[in-house]
Amino acid sequence: MPEAAAVADPMVPVPYRVLRQRREIDGVHTLDFEPAEGRTPFRALPGQFNMVYAYGIGEAAISLSGDCDDTKTIRHTIRKVGAVTAGLCSLGKGDSVGIRGPFGRPWPLDEARGADIVVVAGGIGLAPLRPAIYGLLAKRERYGRIAVLYGSRSPEELLFLDELKRWRGRFDLEVEATVDHTTGGWFGQVGVVTALIDRAGFDPDNAVALICGPEIMMRFCARELEHRGMSPADIYVSMERNMACGVGHCGHCQFGPEFVCKDGPVFAYDRVEPIMTLREV
Amino acid sequence: MGAIVKKPRVLDAAALGELFEALKAAGHTLIGPVPRDGAIQYQPIDGVADLPAGWSDFQDKGRYRLNETGEASLFDYASAPQSWKRYLHPPRLKLFSARREKGRIRFDDEAEPIPKYAFIGVRACDLNAIAIQDRVFIGNGQIDPHYAARRERAFLVAVNCSRAGGTCFCTSMGTGPRAETGYDIALTELIDDRGHRFLLETGSDAGESIAAGLDAAAAAPEDIDAAAAISERVAGNMGRSLDTEGLPEILAKNLSHPHWDAVAERCLACSNCTMVCPSCFCTSVEDTTSLEDGTAERWRDWDSCFSGRFSYVVGGQVRDSTRSRYRQWLTHKLSYWHEQFGSSGCVGCGRCITWCPVGIDITEEAAAIRATDEA
Ligand SMILES: Cc1cc2nc3c(=O)[nH]c(=O)nc-3n(C[C@H](O)[C@H](O)[C@H](O)COP(=O)(O)OP(=O)(O)OC[C@H]3O[C@@H](n4cnc5c(N)ncnc54)[C@H](O)[C@@H]3O)c2cc1C
Ligand code: SF4
Ligand code: SF4
Ligand code: FES
Repeated sequence: MPEAAAVADPMVPVPYRVLRQRREIDGVHTLDFEPAEGRTPFRALPGQFNMVYAYGIGEAAISLSGDCDDTKTIRHTIRKVGAVTAGLCSLGKGDSVGIRGPFGRPWPLDEARGADIVVVAGGIGLAPLRPAIYGLLAKRERYGRIAVLYGSRSPEELLFLDELKRWRGRFDLEVEATVDHTTGGWFGQVGVVTALIDRAGFDPDNAVALICGPEIMMRFCARELEHRGMSPADIYVSMERNMACGVGHCGHCQFGPEFVCKDGPVFAYDRVEPIMTLREV
Repeated sequence: MGAIVKKPRVLDAAALGELFEALKAAGHTLIGPVPRDGAIQYQPIDGVADLPAGWSDFQDKGRYRLNETGEASLFDYASAPQSWKRYLHPPRLKLFSARREKGRIRFDDEAEPIPKYAFIGVRACDLNAIAIQDRVFIGNGQIDPHYAARRERAFLVAVNCSRAGGTCFCTSMGTGPRAETGYDIALTELIDDRGHRFLLETGSDAGESIAAGLDAAAAAPEDIDAAAAISERVAGNMGRSLDTEGLPEILAKNLSHPHWDAVAERCLACSNCTMVCPSCFCTSVEDTTSLEDGTAERWRDWDSCFSGRFSYVVGGQVRDSTRSRYRQWLTHKLSYWHEQFGSSGCVGCGRCITWCPVGIDITEEAAAIRATDEA
């Protein structure tokens, strides 16, 4: 049988504490964490996630949303949807949590060298893509044109608005945002995010797309990108499934032959397209 | 493992107790078959007297019955309802306790004493199931230390089947009926005019060193032939069969097959099949806090892809319908498992067929999809 030396239990978190927290929009908070003791650098890659433990309540899979070059703090942007995420969003400076991770496969930033990049985000999906955008901008010279296309339901639900504005001011980045409905006071686009793909500037034969959002949105975006001539192998999506371990042991995150926690969450679309277009897989 | 296979020995049935005593002396807790509550159950045993002497079982779709045979045989039954999984991968396990102390959480890894088992009577199919769970919990990147520690300490005494159960199909899955590898000691029960005895083979250094201390002579060619004849007879008597040729691909491309709806009309999504399956490994985690002192705990429990919240994400279940849950189960076992772990997830033990309350039969369902392969 395989040899197993005494190993740490991957199900036991490491203690962290909240360094600062800010409310982004209604129901979405960004929290920065630092180790409760010691200063072991935390190395993660854009697209990876942690299992974040709210004391006594439970754990949730949460993607890195900060700059992965910063190995001192861990930044997460969390949408309050249930017990665990509400518990995490209610934490303030000095409060303690447990963190396990990082888990999963990252966005293919290295493989995308030399290509045009199309980043497509829906709603909270911008959070897991933000580290990728930081990574692209940090090595801007490596890539061709970069487009960031962002859609949300309403102007009030647009995440990281200040940052979007700042990025928009750059000459080396195309940033477009759209909302499904507007209540006035919005001078940007109205409509679904797929419409932005039509207008974005990229060479379909030499582009890599990174998409994160609701599954149906990712499917429509991938289809639109394929219409524009992109190969599904160059389109990457980030999948969400129920997760109880993050390490391939609990079985919950299975998606056809894939374990989303370790084979994903980022997948090349050609790998998952056949099962993503079926219901209830 | 890796030991040179030594010449088979023969152990008199009356001396079986010596083997048990030797294992106990080596610090092992014996877990073996016991006839209890109308079924064979793998439970702590003290000695030979606890074994199901003269008991056999009848198994069919949704049916299980123990029969008294009046024979001297100790191991004349097929798969027990529960497998060894419950000892290596316990149904409920505490993962940690935690308390808040000086502005941080202190996690206490459970330093429970790890049991040192000796399993008595592991069938060939279950040896293969253990090898499968080794790949899930030890050979898959991250190690589950709870499983690994129990597994490392365990001593496996295989007993080759002397009869095939009504729902068995290990020959189809290439996992039996003869134990080929993965055991420390393998026994074949022989009852004929040469007496009641066991052919004893060793499969590891640990097995060899235990066997060397027993009063067991080198086996005669007649003993070796008799054991081979038993395995051959059992192989020819399988209650079920499954054509696995190209099956992973056939299932993977028939996810929209109407037969999934037909199964869903019968399936109760009760999870029985996954609980009795020796290779199913899924679990859920439960985090709690004590109202008294505020300490928190994390527990891990067996879960099943048939259960209600298994695939829950915000907004609802990914797999809401019974159709999609049965499809997940069958395709995971017989198709996707190959991609994930390099083998089938099914060892042909027949438990899921026997213990399905409505008699759904994995071999029939897979065959039905194959017969009407539409893709
Ligand atoms: C790879 C990945 C990355 C994610 N990144 C983010 C992120 O950056 N920001 C963010 O806000 N959200 C993210 N999520 C979603 C987040 O994990 C869920 O919203 C969260 O688990 C909900 O937990 P809850 O208890 O607050 O919600 P509830 O809806 O109350 O959940 C109820 C129960 O369902 C379970 N549950 C619900 N969704 C999931 C799930 N996906 N996995 C496991 N159990 C679940 C919970 O454990 C809980 O017991 C991500 C999910 C995945 C899989
Ligand atoms: S799927 Fe059924 S027959 Fe196959 S190993 Fe599991 S319980 Fe046994
Ligand atoms: S068949 Fe279901 S319960 Fe068994 S391992 Fe696969 S997903 Fe888990
Ligand atoms: S989250 Fe447990 S196996 Fe993927």
